Amino acid sequence: MAESSIAIRFFASLRERLGIGEEKLPADGITCVRDIREQLQQRGDEWAELLDDDCVLMAVNQAMAREETPVNPGDEVAFFPPVTGG
Amino acid sequence: MIRIQSEALATEPVLAGLEDDAPAVGAVCSFTGLARDLGDQSGVQSLFLEHYPGMTETAIQGVVDEAARRWRIHRTEVVHRVGEIQAGERIVFVGVSSRHRQDAFEACQFIMDYLKTRAPFWKKEITAAGNGDWVEQKASDREAARRWSDSDGL
Repeated sequence: MAESSIAIRFFASLRERLGIGEEKLPADGITCVRDIREQLQQRGDEWAELLDDDCVLMAVNQAMAREETPVNPGDEVAFFPPVTGG
Repeated sequence: MIRIQSEALATEPVLAGLEDDAPAVGAVCSFTGLARDLGDQSGVQSLFLEHYPGMTETAIQGVVDEAARRWRIHRTEVVHRVGEIQAGERIVFVGVSSRHRQDAFEACQFIMDYLKTRAPFWKKEITAAGNGDWVEQKASDREAARRWSDSDGL
């Protein structure tokens, strides 16, 4: 059976403030990262504000992505703050 | 080789492994990052390092591959800890072996600078009172990474 959902992941401060680390979204109507971001922002003020931050980084299938990066069913899309390792 | 681990970081065997490349190589340069007692706030007792399993390794590999395009390097070892880290413990190790020291020095610094701005790790500072604050990315780290893209001919 073909995969019909998209795996969404959140990390670090974003994960804590949104209160969720991962979930699945139906792939219907989603063609790029922007579609997911806009859909998530409709969940409320906290989501709208946190995901509106220009500093939020995005990845598709574990590679850095942009708003217009295409997303297909079965893909993994992640949102996270600027990195602070090392 | 790239390793992400929650256990204590022993640098000696990794350094010894790089030196085993001699006499094919004439230089080994390494950087060890430690958890300082003073972070962005006072009273920091430990750190908590979160990462994105899979993407973190891929991102570091990308940085190592880029270093191999820019410098003549023989081997690279990157070890990064995740999870809880006490003040004074090692967080990260980058080691590079090459025929000549200049390549090893520059590649080591490049890998460390790029790792700090590209590899998905996030650091939280835990105080004695048990409070935790996520560390903000520093402008100086972004500058350090940008330096390499501004200098032509490397």
